Amino acid sequence: MELVLDIATWILMLAGSLLLLITGYGLLRLPDLYTRIHAGGMADTLATFLIFIGLALQSGFTLVTAKLLLVLVFVFFTSPTSSYALAQASFVAGLKPKLDGFGPVKKTDDDA
Amino acid sequence: MLKTLSLFLVLMAVWLLLSGIYTPLITGFGVGSCLLSALIAYRMDVVDREGHPLHLGPRIITYWAWLFVEIFKANIDVAKCVLFPQKYLRPSIFTVTASQKSDLGRVIYANSITLTPGTVTVDLDGNQVMVHSMTEVSAEGIKSGDMDRRVTKVMEEA
Repeated sequence: MELVLDIATWILMLAGSLLLLITGYGLLRLPDLYTRIHAGGMADTLATFLIFIGLALQSGFTLVTAKLLLVLVFVFFTSPTSSYALAQASFVAGLKPKLDGFGPVKKTDDDA
Repeated sequence: MLKTLSLFLVLMAVWLLLSGIYTPLITGFGVGSCLLSALIAYRMDVVDREGHPLHLGPRIITYWAWLFVEIFKANIDVAKCVLFPQKYLRPSIFTVTASQKSDLGRVIYANSITLTPGTVTVDLDGNQVMVHSMTEVSAEGIKSGDMDRRVTKVMEEA
């Protein structure tokens, strides 16, 4: 039983860490602020969830688990608010999202 | 007054979960501080349907379960997009209409959009929600209006 729990914790926390890694990569690689907010959204949601559930499996049926779950709930309530504040502030300040120039490049007549 | 009482009970439950030390003195302090908080909230007149939305009850729980599945799918979508931007990255910005009537319903809707990776609420003006989305899949998910209908159902504002 102990072993099963340990393996489950390993899987959950490694999956969460992998998502955090992809998030960090996305923050560096994506083209503009708005798309980078999307990448940050992964760290706020599924990555946090996977790591906290992994930790909760280790602490078992205790008050520590209740606290972990409460932190998770608070993160899920506050992170969209901060993302919205960031996106709204940049939008009001006049930062235009980069919308074109993605996908397969269309050949124009000038290219010949 | 009934709302203030239920606020006190909720505060007390959270306090007991967070404390872990149940000696008479410490628990007494807990009861005292929860009572004081509930009284101040009552005096400030913030214990209303918006500040203490107990009436959402079990419906919000089923909504959260649905939202969590959506978040899971969206995370995989965004992870793919980060790893293969040439193939998936198609940012777009568009406006959808929120069908909720109360501010609380609109906030739940706008926050749900932001909470789902791949879509971020940029502007909320009246019932017009401006959304920035990252891929075509995530944009379609919002435009289909499924989330909007579910939030309206939770709020019972159909």
